Amino acid sequence: MLRARTIPILLLRNKGLVKTVQFGKSKYIGDPINAVKLFNDKEVDELVFLDIDASKEGKKPDFEYIQSIASECFMPLGYGGGISTMNDIATLFSLGVEKVILNSNVLTDLNLIKEASSIYGNQSIVVSVDVQKNLFGKYQLYSHSRIKHKQTDLFQFVKDAEMAGAGEIIVNSVDRDGMMNGYDLKLIQQLSDTLTVPLVIAGGAGNLNHLREAIDAGASAAAAGSLFIYHGPHKAVLINYPTYKELKDIFQNR
Amino acid sequence: MIAIVDYGMGNLGSIANMLNKIGCANKITSDLAEIDRAEKLILPGVGSYAQAMKNLNDMNVIPLLQSKGANNIPILGICLGMQLLASHSEEGHVPGLNLIPGNVVKFVLPNTLKVPHMGWNTIKYKEDCELFQGFENLEEVRYYFVHSYHFQPELSEYQIASANYEMDFTCGVQKGNVYGVQFHPEKSHSFGMKLLQNFSQL
Repeated sequence: MLRARTIPILLLRNKGLVKTVQFGKSKYIGDPINAVKLFNDKEVDELVFLDIDASKEGKKPDFEYIQSIASECFMPLGYGGGISTMNDIATLFSLGVEKVILNSNVLTDLNLIKEASSIYGNQSIVVSVDVQKNLFGKYQLYSHSRIKHKQTDLFQFVKDAEMAGAGEIIVNSVDRDGMMNGYDLKLIQQLSDTLTVPLVIAGGAGNLNHLREAIDAGASAAAAGSLFIYHGPHKAVLINYPTYKELKDIFQNR
Repeated sequence: MIAIVDYGMGNLGSIANMLNKIGCANKITSDLAEIDRAEKLILPGVGSYAQAMKNLNDMNVIPLLQSKGANNIPILGICLGMQLLASHSEEGHVPGLNLIPGNVVKFVLPNTLKVPHMGWNTIKYKEDCELFQGFENLEEVRYYFVHSYHFQPELSEYQIASANYEMDFTCGVQKGNVYGVQFHPEKSHSFGMKLLQNFSQL
């Protein structure tokens, strides 16, 4: 029986691990490689690293550093941030990254998805989308960069990304980022009605029940940052992850 | 030394990373002489079947792999690499290496289930199989999978492991010293480490 996946998303800034709230101010958490080792011990389902500066600052991925992360990752590893060419993608796969994550912010067109998925297979090409509700409560693509999309409608964009060959879509809910008060379940439902490829949802998980709610709403995987980084009401930094038995219990038959 | 056969497809880095972790000498190579000298071979792979066979053919490595198999050199196919061991695949309708007679077919599943079959799944395995030694005390053995097609061996005796995704399907095959696993041991924590260790000690 296949079990729903639970994925820590770790944010990179200058070779350090950080955590944001609503994509704003970041707090330094610790050494990424140390975190990987701890997640290895906890036999985590999968890990995602996102470099939150690379694209914004127009930098390439820090390949050397990614290699040192990948060489310690004995679980599937996804990496996103600063990827803009086929060469970047080829390099990441050669370093031991399984899933290359292309962010909607840098995708001015969908050709990179098309080209990469035709060579590396859909399952290796993931598109990540940052979503924010606008003043009228409509879900829109969130953009930190100068590049403006022709397409700002979230649902059309994810559909287009899937058609272009994305094998999986990660959706980060900006409003819920770091809030730990639960996922945007309505967003998950609407997305899972739109998509046929797996949906990974991020933003809002504060406890294990939230993870189950996300899966019940239609996500294939529940991702989280704060939940696996902080402990207790005062948010002490403590890398943590549910035990296999806990995951089995919360995801019974899911 | 284990040669990880590089034919331009798949995530070779992570296999090398895990072999390094368990202290097993390995080399990623597309050099025929080096592949010929290796004590064991790993055939990795992610992507399209037809493209993989084309790349192997362009490298002129197919006869070499077939003769290694016939000469009892241990070979481990992983994911697409496992499927390439078969006689034929529905994906692109091309012949495979024919090291383990069987067909690769697409999952036919109800609409409610997503294809690819992606994530962690528990397996059932043949307890006397060399690859699965050291798991006696574990309640469950689980691996990370990503695939849309699965291997149907011609004879049930070739099956060494199976998993369930709405239906039971073969996820491990063996014929002589040629082994194949559909899942990714290199991405499956201690379960994969043990399996690769077992392979390296054959």
